[in-house]
Amino acid sequence: MVADLIRPTERGLYCPPGDFYIDPWRPVERAVITHAHGDHARWGHRIYYASHASRPLLERRLSRDALILGCDFDKPFRLGDAWISFHPAGHILGSSQVRVEYRGCVWVASGDYKRDVDPTCEPFQVVPCDTFITEATFALPIYRWEPVARVAGEIHQWWRACARAGQTAVLFCYALGKAQRILAELLAYTRDTAYLHGAMVPLVDAYRDAGVAMLPTASVSAMPRNHDFAGALVLAPPSAAGSSWMRRFRPESTGFASGWMRIRGNRRRRGYDRGFVVSDHADWPALLQTVRDTGARRVLATHGRTDVLVRYLNEVEGVDAQPLVTDYGGEADD
Amino acid sequence: MQRFTALYQALDETTATSGKVAAMEAYFREAPAADAAWAVYFLTGRRLRRLVPTAELRAWTLEATGMPAWLLEETYASVGDLAETLALLLDQPFAPPEQDATPLHVWVEERIQPLRGMATEARRDAVLGWWAALPTPQRFVLNKLLTGAFRVGVSRRLVVRALARVSGLETATLAHRLMGQWQPTPAAFEALLDPEEQGEDRSRPYPFFLASPLEADPTALGDRSDWIAEWKWDGIRGQLLRRGGECFIWSRGEDMMAGRFPEIEAAAADLPDGLVLDGEILAWEDDTPLPFNVLQQRIGRLRPSAKIQREAPVIFLAYDLLEAGGADRRQEPLEARRELLRDVIGDGAGALRRAQALDAGDWVALASLRQTAREEGTEGIMLKRRGSPYRVGRTRGDWWKWKLAPRTVDAVMLYAQPGHGRRSSLFTDYTFGVWDGDTLVPVAKAYSGLDDAEIQRLDRWIRSHTIERFGPVRSVAPQQVFELAFEGLAPSRRHKSGVAMRFPRISRWREDLAPGEADTLDDVKAMLP
Ligand SMILES: [Zn+2]
Repeated sequence: MVADLIRPTERGLYCPPGDFYIDPWRPVERAVITHAHGDHARWGHRIYYASHASRPLLERRLSRDALILGCDFDKPFRLGDAWISFHPAGHILGSSQVRVEYRGCVWVASGDYKRDVDPTCEPFQVVPCDTFITEATFALPIYRWEPVARVAGEIHQWWRACARAGQTAVLFCYALGKAQRILAELLAYTRDTAYLHGAMVPLVDAYRDAGVAMLPTASVSAMPRNHDFAGALVLAPPSAAGSSWMRRFRPESTGFASGWMRIRGNRRRRGYDRGFVVSDHADWPALLQTVRDTGARRVLATHGRTDVLVRYLNEVEGVDAQPLVTDYGGEADD
Repeated sequence: MQRFTALYQALDETTATSGKVAAMEAYFREAPAADAAWAVYFLTGRRLRRLVPTAELRAWTLEATGMPAWLLEETYASVGDLAETLALLLDQPFAPPEQDATPLHVWVEERIQPLRGMATEARRDAVLGWWAALPTPQRFVLNKLLTGAFRVGVSRRLVVRALARVSGLETATLAHRLMGQWQPTPAAFEALLDPEEQGEDRSRPYPFFLASPLEADPTALGDRSDWIAEWKWDGIRGQLLRRGGECFIWSRGEDMMAGRFPEIEAAAADLPDGLVLDGEILAWEDDTPLPFNVLQQRIGRLRPSAKIQREAPVIFLAYDLLEAGGADRRQEPLEARRELLRDVIGDGAGALRRAQALDAGDWVALASLRQTAREEGTEGIMLKRRGSPYRVGRTRGDWWKWKLAPRTVDAVMLYAQPGHGRRSSLFTDYTFGVWDGDTLVPVAKAYSGLDDAEIQRLDRWIRSHTIERFGPVRSVAPQQVFELAFEGLAPSRRHKSGVAMRFPRISRWREDLAPGEADTLDDVKAMLP
């Protein structure tokens, strides 16, 4: 038995033959980054390896002198004694799975991923492997996503209903990935301008630069102080909820776009008027299907309901599965 | 079911009361009376008796989905609502079906209620058939009705407001007509909205006027002489009705207490007809109230024996008069009502007595009197404004309860686990929750403050009302309300409720309260220093 190709250390998931870390949470020499979300792409490493499409997003997040090497999808290259390659994960723009091969043994670290159609990023690619490191954010059987095009229709209807009632529709969602995906899906229904919280503006710009088609947008802060937002759709990160920034939108109706909105109690506890079930993570059927598709004999599960996924894979699917302790899972709002 | 589900969603989807009232108003305008009558029934917190054991619902869900039982329980623990968990889990094996146009009353009367008499097999086929035929939101509402846990987070006050908009009637009139028994029939719904006074149901009580807790110093209320002070009695709030030669006793939880307090009914038999008194049912001996746990021996007991009546004697202590000579007196000033009360029952004796005003002449004297409340067997002092009418519900301003510390909350039992040592075979450690919207959030753990007989009884109840087991801990049907006393309250990030309670303990088992009457998280937070 070959020793584990990727193992947890206090700095992050480490690959000894390649001498690199995947999405490390403490500063390291060589960091292979699956995607640009904050809990995966941290500050302070010397060299970053990431997909080309991730680069502009990482450049915004990291310091100027960070050395970011863009990598092609599906093109193996050597790092130390290991071969590694990037493969689309379908999570957000540029998100990648990392395939590591050493002495005929193949491991895939999926990062975050989803299987659903998403006009803002390349679709998930099945990468056969011996050991698959999967996320488990939504590993409960109630998490099952409807087609996002349909949910975008609900969002559009809500927006219209708010407009008729003279309200501002304020939709909270994750600033990187979710916001752009919604703006892209809404194109099927309207060409009206959507307004953005300042934190989202550069990220939406980056997606436009990457050629992603989205609704026209304007920054809330670029509008005159007394601008009337009645009838408008405003996108904001969840942290803006309840802040004084919200005052300008009165009267408003609030919505939250997240996989967690599948459960009423999650929405009610947060006091949102509407919940829209949109997630950039794999739902329960997709997690199981992906494990089967990879053909992996061994599965390691990170962030979320690893306990449930691990037990199910072992007992029902007959796959050798274990939890893998990491520092990921900062996307509590996703 | 489609229209009712849409109403449920509309109520669920808006946090604004105006939106909730508008949604109900639209429903009551459109729905046929037979459906609206049932909607009133559910929206005012009435529930169908448990029709299907939840164990059966779980088993059928496992059968339909093929998932292992542990996975269902993990999911339920995460969702926290069984009806919702099952509705979501069943989303998968079924194709997205058509909307269901069968009216609510047909669902309740012809489908759901007959389940009770059915053999398990037939019940299973019926429920599985409905699950397969309904879209998820309607399956969810059906499950809510089946589990008897229908709560939608609207208060009766809002239901009344919506009905007032539909009918053009005063809210007070509607609140009154909704009191007591509600027959979910089209005739009852039409009578409810009828502009003309109907031949009233003579057992119908008036809506209770509820006091608000006094947070500030009473001097803020102005002149002491504008206020009538009474002890705040520690019993069961009730109305005693004498109409048409009959006597009816209602608790604040709107339970008809017929047959439970024969000595009060006997004393009331001498009263003139067309009379309604507001007061407190108390355990009482000579001139002194007995502790609440003495009264508790009487609450659940129909037709108490002579022995128990001797051991736990009860009285009705009247402090207000709402109807005399068959006329509604609620708009008359408090002093006039009190005078009438004295005319009717004098100082009272035996099982029917009259509460006296406290004479402490200024706020300082009253405050020191309040310090003796506990020795007097009371909870503190009630302050009632002279000249005030008898209002509806918790209207602030005219009635204040000036309670003694420690503070108490009424909370619902959520979990139970066995104690240690001598009591390791009994469930004696409990977790309690209060309402946050329509969910119960845990606020306190308390070890039993109950006596042995109550512990035994509660233990049996827990065993037969277990929803699920997590090792030694059981979650129980959220039905039992307890008053918890505590020493202090502090904000807490560690607790889901956002508050930490210091030294919580059970002060009593409130079998007179329905779970919907337990306190809300906002009530608890209002007590934060
Ligand atoms: Zn992510």
